[in-house]
Amino acid sequence: MTTKMIASSVYDWMDERLGLSELAAFARKKTVPVHAQSFWYYWGGITLFLFMLQCFTGVLLLVYYRPGVEAYESVRQITFVMHFGWLIRSAHAWAANLMLFAILVHMFSVFFMKAYRKPRELGWLSGMVLLGLAACFGFSGYLLPMDELSYFATKVGLQIPVAIPWIGPAIANMLRGGPEVTEFTVQRFFALHVVVLPALFIPLLAFHLWLVQRYGNAMPESEEAKPVAERKSMPFMPNFLRKDIAMWIISLNVLALLASVFPWALGKQYDALAPAPMGIHPEWYFMSPFEMLKLLGMVRWLQGEPGEIAGILLFTLGIVLWILIPFYDKNKESGRRARLAHYFGLLAVFALLATTVIGYWTIR
Amino acid sequence: MSETATVTNIAPNIVPEHAENGDTKTRRAFLAAASVAGIGYAAALAYPVYRYLASPSEMALSAAAVTEVTLKDAEKLPAGSVLMFKFGTAPAMLIHHADNSWVALTAVCTHLGCTVQYEPQMDRIHCACHGGVYNPYTGANVSGPPPKPLKLFKVAVNDTGVEVSRG
Repeated sequence: MTTKMIASSVYDWMDERLGLSELAAFARKKTVPVHAQSFWYYWGGITLFLFMLQCFTGVLLLVYYRPGVEAYESVRQITFVMHFGWLIRSAHAWAANLMLFAILVHMFSVFFMKAYRKPRELGWLSGMVLLGLAACFGFSGYLLPMDELSYFATKVGLQIPVAIPWIGPAIANMLRGGPEVTEFTVQRFFALHVVVLPALFIPLLAFHLWLVQRYGNAMPESEEAKPVAERKSMPFMPNFLRKDIAMWIISLNVLALLASVFPWALGKQYDALAPAPMGIHPEWYFMSPFEMLKLLGMVRWLQGEPGEIAGILLFTLGIVLWILIPFYDKNKESGRRARLAHYFGLLAVFALLATTVIGYWTIR
Repeated sequence: MSETATVTNIAPNIVPEHAENGDTKTRRAFLAAASVAGIGYAAALAYPVYRYLASPSEMALSAAAVTEVTLKDAEKLPAGSVLMFKFGTAPAMLIHHADNSWVALTAVCTHLGCTVQYEPQMDRIHCACHGGVYNPYTGANVSGPPPKPLKLFKVAVNDTGVEVSRG
C-alpha cells in the first residue's frame, strides 16, 4: 500500500466520523471582501496568533515560576539561570504588549468600519469583554515578578477601585488579599492570571470567532454602497489564510526581534519599606486612563476625593457609551447619529493618544 | 499535489521526460529551498525552547560530575547506624557497621530506582518497593528483582569528617 493510499483511507475513516468534507466544502465557500480597507481584517487574526503565543510562552514560564514568597527568586532564576529563560520571559512580556496593541487596532478598525451594526452587535460586545479580560491579564501578569515596579504598579492600580463609594475598599482588599500588596496578592493574582482569566477568555474567544464565521467580515459603507456584482472578494481557503499566516510570521519575527534586542528587565526585589523609584509610570496601555484621572483631579473644584470619584464616573460613562455604540448607531439610515458615533470614535482616539503623550511627557 | 506524489512513487532513477523542463526544475528548487528555510526557522524557534526546558537536567549533569563528597563530623556516626547523603544528585548511604567498618554505597535500587534502606537488625539493605535485598558490606544484590549490585564508594575516615569518593 502506498503512502497516498494510506493517507486517503485514513482521511476516509475520519471523514465518515467527523464530516471533514462538509467542513472543507464550507471553508471553500467562505470568502473575504477585497477593498482598500482589507488590511484591517488581519488584526483580529494577529491578536489570535499573539494570544496563542501567550499560551505557549506562558506554559513555558509556568514550568519554573513559583508564586508566593518565592515569586521574585523564581523569576530571577528564569531570567538569569535557565538557558534562554530571559528570551522566553521577554517574548511573553512583549507579546502581551503587542497583543494589546493589536486588540486596540482591531477594535478601532471595527469601530470605524461600523462593523458593530446588526447582526454583529454580539461580536462587538464579546470583543469588549475580551479587551477587558486582556487588560486584567496585563494587570495581573505585571505583578507576578514581584519586583519594585510591579509592586508599586499594583499598589497604585488597586487604589482605583478604592474610590468606588461604599464597596470600593472591600473590593480592593479582596483583590489584594489584605490591606497591603504582599505574597498573598501575588498568589491570588497568579490564580487569576493562569486559571480564572484563561477559563473565561478562551470560551468567549471561541464564541467571538464563531460569530465571525457566522456573519463573515463586515464591509465599510463605501463598499456596501456598491452593487454586489462590483464587489471583489477572495476565497478564505487558501488565499486569505495564506495571507493571514504571512501576517502571523511577520508578527512572530517582530516579536523575536523585540524580545531578543530589548530583553524585558527585572528590577530589584520589592521592599515594602523602600520609597517608590523615580520615573515610575504605568504601562502604556494604562497610561491614558491614569492620565485622564490625574488631569481631572487637577481641576480646581474636583480636587481630592470628589475629583477621583468624578473622574471614575466620567471614565465609566465614556466606556459605557463606547460599549453600547451598536445600540444607538444602529444602521446606515441613522444619519446624524452615525456621524455622531464617528466623531465619538475620533474623539476617543484623540483623547487616548493625547493623554498617553501627556502622560509620557510629564514623567518625572 | 498529485503530480509530486506520482513523481515520488516512481523509482528515483526513472525521471519522467518533462521533469527536465525548466518550470518543474525551478519549482522543485524553490520548494527545496523553502523547505530548508522552513526547517531552519522551526529549528531556530525550537532550540531555545529545548535548552530552556533542558536546563535542570543540564545542571544535574554538572552536579552529578562530582567525584568527592566530604561529610563533616560524620566520623561521630555511632556503629550500627546509617547516614543518608547526596552524592551529586542521587541519594547515597554511609554505613558504620557494628564491626567498626565503614561502607558507602549508592542508595538507588538498581531495579526501578527506589531509595533503599539499611536495616541493621536484619544486617541487610532492603528496598521496600519490590523487596530487593543487598549485602550491606559489598552492595551485592542478594535476592529479589534487582539485576545489579549497588555501587560502592571509597571511604576515608579522619577526625574532622568522612570523605566519600568515586571508587
